[in-house]
Amino acid sequence: MRTTQAQHRSSWGLAALGAFLVSSSSALAAGIGQPVPWQMDRQVAVTENARDIHSFEHGMHWLSFGISLFVLGLILYCVFRFSEKANPTPSKTTHNTMIEVAWTIVPVLILVAVAIPSFRLLRTQLSDPKADVLVKVIGHAWYWSYEYPAVENGGGFAFDANLDEDKQPKLLGTDNDMVVPVNKIVKIQVTAADVMHSWAMPSFGFKIDAVPGRLNQFWFKAEREGTYHGQCSELCGARHAYMPITVQVVSEEAYAKWLAEGKTKFARIDDPAKFADAR
Amino acid sequence: MANAAAHTGHHDAHDHHMPSFFSRWFLSTNHKDIGTLYLLFAFCAGIMGAFLSFGIRMEMEEPGLQYFANPGTYNVFVTGHGLIMVFFMVMPALIGGFGNWFVPLMIGAPDMAFPRMNNVSFWLTVAGFFSLVCSLFVEGAPGASGAGTGWTVYPPLSSSGHPGPAVDFAIFALHLSGAGSILGAINFITTILNMRAPGMTLHKMPLFAWSMLVTAFLLLLSLPVLAGAITMLLTDRNFGTTFFDPAGGGDPVLYQHLFWFFGHPEVYIMILPAFGIVSHIISTFSRKPVFGYLAMAYAMVAIGVVGFVVWAHHMYTVGLSLQTQSYFVFATMVIAVPTGVKIFSWIATMWGGSIRFTAAMHWAVGFIFLFTVGGVTGVVLANSAVDKYLHDTYYVVAHFHYVLSLGAVFIIFAGVYYWFPKMTGHIIPEWAGKLHFWLAFIGANVLFFPMHFLGLAGMPRRYADYPEAFAGWHKVSTWGGHIFALGMVVFFIGVVLAFRSSRRAADNPWGEGATTLEWTLSSPPPFHQFETLPRIVDEPGHH
Repeated sequence: MRTTQAQHRSSWGLAALGAFLVSSSSALAAGIGQPVPWQMDRQVAVTENARDIHSFEHGMHWLSFGISLFVLGLILYCVFRFSEKANPTPSKTTHNTMIEVAWTIVPVLILVAVAIPSFRLLRTQLSDPKADVLVKVIGHAWYWSYEYPAVENGGGFAFDANLDEDKQPKLLGTDNDMVVPVNKIVKIQVTAADVMHSWAMPSFGFKIDAVPGRLNQFWFKAEREGTYHGQCSELCGARHAYMPITVQVVSEEAYAKWLAEGKTKFARIDDPAKFADAR
Repeated sequence: MANAAAHTGHHDAHDHHMPSFFSRWFLSTNHKDIGTLYLLFAFCAGIMGAFLSFGIRMEMEEPGLQYFANPGTYNVFVTGHGLIMVFFMVMPALIGGFGNWFVPLMIGAPDMAFPRMNNVSFWLTVAGFFSLVCSLFVEGAPGASGAGTGWTVYPPLSSSGHPGPAVDFAIFALHLSGAGSILGAINFITTILNMRAPGMTLHKMPLFAWSMLVTAFLLLLSLPVLAGAITMLLTDRNFGTTFFDPAGGGDPVLYQHLFWFFGHPEVYIMILPAFGIVSHIISTFSRKPVFGYLAMAYAMVAIGVVGFVVWAHHMYTVGLSLQTQSYFVFATMVIAVPTGVKIFSWIATMWGGSIRFTAAMHWAVGFIFLFTVGGVTGVVLANSAVDKYLHDTYYVVAHFHYVLSLGAVFIIFAGVYYWFPKMTGHIIPEWAGKLHFWLAFIGANVLFFPMHFLGLAGMPRRYADYPEAFAGWHKVSTWGGHIFALGMVVFFIGVVLAFRSSRRAADNPWGEGATTLEWTLSSPPPFHQFETLPRIVDEPGHH
């Protein structure tokens, strides 16, 4: 946040575009757990994975920016230096082996430099650490349901999470939130009951598709208490935009309390055989 | 590159048997007439696709539902926009339109190899379009008309999610236009491999013909896979099979593999012909031969080949294994290399040239920059780790509109301004083409650049309604849409002025830089050309 504000201040001196962009008070700020108006960057990362891809992607964006500017510079140079007026007699050069080899090799080197951290990130993302908490997530048209199995995390109940139109931010709140403890490895097993959906949580840096007949798995370790919002990210029909995802990351004590309450509040599920073995 | 040694001589239309209006335009076997039909068709379909996108942009201007009482209808608009723009605008314009018109002219052939099949291709495309239009008006999802499945038509949304016949009509539309494209591809391959003028070896063939050859192979190899996938979908829907239904042992992800095995080559099918056209325009107006001709040709071949083995980068979130994802990350990044070769070779073609900034040149140079922007965001998305965040967000929408809407579409306009004098003998005023370019350039950037921000902020695509926080950039984006639309008005005015003016185009209005064979013919070319085949001889000082 501090760096984005520094960018924010330094951009005041820039051209008209810059002035336009920062005219809104939070032009470059990213939201915590939810988007903010005029946001231009990712939502604030609250997992290590999200932070890693955040910084990797920042690098990628500077690289993209650099390459685009380089190409733009070359084009503009040609436009002014080699216009009909400036250069009435065209050269007949059609080959230059050195430069052709160079513009093949240099991109290869850049891509290798990109690929190494990319593969490392991917391996961490898809690693399979031992879960502290297991939650089964089921996509329905058009709501999510969450099952907290009894064996794995002492729950033994299931509930539906429907859009709550009265909650703020609008379209992002659910009537029953998914609750997980902070700093614990939470594994979600995701599937769908009817058509495909996708469970997406920008603050955690990932989304995973909910596919009927498949049990997909992803894990996260949220490092900060708070309420985080996501939205279904695979087209699933008319009310695709109205099945938000809300996760409350709470302290361990609060989580234990919520589990205890949940046992009385939510529908009981008894059959542990319904769940795939987490390990 | 090479000059025609034998000039064809001028034939006037009355030298030939000129068919009546009906048989000329409905039973046509003439590649130029069929090309014209394709261009007019693409134009009409494009207007319809643009109206659908206008509906999308109007709805997205503000949060909440303004114009669509049923958000499912918004999905129908999104689906219609995608299918129409891909199958009935870009492909007919670049392949059917410019391909039919200029491949035979550039390789010195009298016509396409199978003229009657050419006509069948066109009318199959039209029939497909009508089937798609029908799908908009019959029931799809329960209680709503039209197929709101996205252009990817993923099951189970397209099977159990859409019990009505709308999806069947959409599938039939793809079958018909797909069959038309396969026939067209066979025609192009046969024509290019067998009907080049004496002396025109493959390594002397103009790059547009090269691009069409590669495109035709991509079509021929990928479309049957799509046809198979949607046929399986059709039988799942209607005849009780369960290819994609887990209840019967199927898997929805199988459809995605089959679809994207077609779908990824498809994006190169849309952009490769544009690559070919850009090369000619840059070379013509720089008054220099294309830099690194062979590298340019084989870069397209490489893009075509590698384009077949990268499909699952559209599926990083479906639950692929680490090894699978790693492979597709690697393969996808490889494509950036030949694409970079093309970008740099275009710039090197301009380098040292004597550049004339006609309207067509504006569009081509604008394309190089915008395609670069779309390309680098493609490299960002290629990284599976990052794509976990960006997949199915507006960032992806921004990326593919930069390469297609600002890539392929820009070059369709570049091609129109470049070849309009050749095709019609009329001249679109240069000021109209340039004003159109600047409006489109500014409009499209204002329209699509903010979508990167929306995607980074987490806005999912295909949403009829969205949280307040996304409203700002959506509003900016809609303004961009209006600017782009204003550019289209200028284009129409330019075309009308061209036909009303008494100015006539010279055979070669672009001067010495225009070296391909079509410029040796009259403007417009005779009804039948190259009755005496041109002979291609090497110029001294050339390879």
